[in-house]
Amino acid sequence: MSKTPITRRGLLGGGTILGTGLPGGGVLAQSPPPEAGAMTVDVGLTVNGVHHGLRLDPRTTLLDALREHLGLTGSKKGCDHGQCGACTVLVDGVRRNSCLNLAVSCDDREITTIEGLGSEQALHPMQAAFARHDGFQCGFCTPGQICSAVGMLAELKRGLPSAVTPQLAAATMEVAETEVRERMSGNICRCAAYPNIVAAILDAAGKT
Amino acid sequence: MRAFTYERPADVTAALVAIGKPGAKFLGGGTNLLDLMKIEAETPQHLVDVSRLPLDQIAEENGGLRIGATITNSDLAADPRVRERYPVLSRAVLNGASGQLRNQATTGGNLLQRTRCYYFYDPSTPCNKRVPGSGCSALKGFNRIHAVLGGSDACIAVHPSDMAVALSALDAEVEVQSAQGRRRIGIADFHRLPESKPEKDTILADGELITAVILPAAPAGGQVYRKVRDRASYDFALVSVAAVLDMDGDRIRSARIAMGGVAHKPWRAIEAERQLAGAELSDDIFTAAGEAAVKDAQGRGHNDFKIALAARTVARALTEAAAQKKA
Repeated sequence: MSKTPITRRGLLGGGTILGTGLPGGGVLAQSPPPEAGAMTVDVGLTVNGVHHGLRLDPRTTLLDALREHLGLTGSKKGCDHGQCGACTVLVDGVRRNSCLNLAVSCDDREITTIEGLGSEQALHPMQAAFARHDGFQCGFCTPGQICSAVGMLAELKRGLPSAVTPQLAAATMEVAETEVRERMSGNICRCAAYPNIVAAILDAAGKT
Repeated sequence: MRAFTYERPADVTAALVAIGKPGAKFLGGGTNLLDLMKIEAETPQHLVDVSRLPLDQIAEENGGLRIGATITNSDLAADPRVRERYPVLSRAVLNGASGQLRNQATTGGNLLQRTRCYYFYDPSTPCNKRVPGSGCSALKGFNRIHAVLGGSDACIAVHPSDMAVALSALDAEVEVQSAQGRRRIGIADFHRLPESKPEKDTILADGELITAVILPAAPAGGQVYRKVRDRASYDFALVSVAAVLDMDGDRIRSARIAMGGVAHKPWRAIEAERQLAGAELSDDIFTAAGEAAVKDAQGRGHNDFKIALAARTVARALTEAAAQKKA
């Protein structure tokens, strides 16, 4: 007889059942529903290589579409205002805050989330580097940090400058600690694991 | 968030028709608009998504550059022509927001972003910009980040853009289009002072769409963007300065000075520029220019420090621009 393992994700998945025990059916806050006749929109998203056709309220953010409609809870809702970076995903290979995108605006786009970067059996090199360098404490910001770091290294490779780049017109960009710190400033880690995050990224970039 | 309907027109003509619908608003990158819709400071009934309009090219035009309105901040800052000929613009854009936001925010949208005054973002407090006639909480409130130039009794909010400050020093123009036609607006006239109508940030008429930003030929001389903020990265300016300084040996041919973080719009220090034109370089000439730039400044208490900070930042930026030209 095998015991069903209790996982964090399993508990989260059961959250709606737990929620019904709260007064008022567990709904603590809710946006007003669309007026009668208000439209929904059909949205096509390719997420981690799989195409999904969704019918959504236009207000649905990309983050909520991923978490609440597709069950991909790796991308985190930290501030929901684009200030913390925990929701960072890659849209057509470019890092963005999924909380500040309407899902409908991402129609036809290719989305990569933390679930699509690697698997438990075969970690993405950036995931492996974060594990090796202990680049996290509570782990909440980690999916956003890793997606952002992957997008950031691609930007360096494409020669995008940053605010700390000494020679603006230089064709190639150096992967240096000052560059990594500046370019990762859109991802906040409240445990302040920054030294290990920077070390992990430099390692993944082949700089250690 | 209030309910709205959504459409994504294929071209500018269709977008200009769509914006005629009741309560319609253009959606660019959405990094600011969507945020404001979440707190219901913005409540459009209909969103016209212009982020994929074919306005995504940077092209040579009359010795300058024409920057399409949907060019992202990242692509603008990275363009080799901008980096080479307009480094002050590239630097200003790179000093704003985060990597993620710059990948999404557009050139047109950057100009139309709203103030980051914390009372504007707090629906529980009066704010003339959010609810006209409700009062200004910042005047006697915590006004550390607020305006020291050009404010009014109705509003002392500042414009948050770094990009616009550089555009001001470069004498850029904003090209806009509506169902009535096309026009160009000088950047100095594009944003307005709050006066008694702080709810209106720009002189755009209803239904006008920004289609491009036009840069004239690059000015001669050194270009510097200097930004002072509470955090070293990913923060709005307390004070910023875009400076362009053209030197002939030790004589200053011309100077352009635009300040950010001090007013409801990018603020050109015209009097300081006049003092510098034709003057010989000396130890205190840039200090005097900094002081001239804030001659009419008025503190509101918590933001008094900005006056001295702005004067010193102007002096510092000019000193760097002068050194750059000699190097």
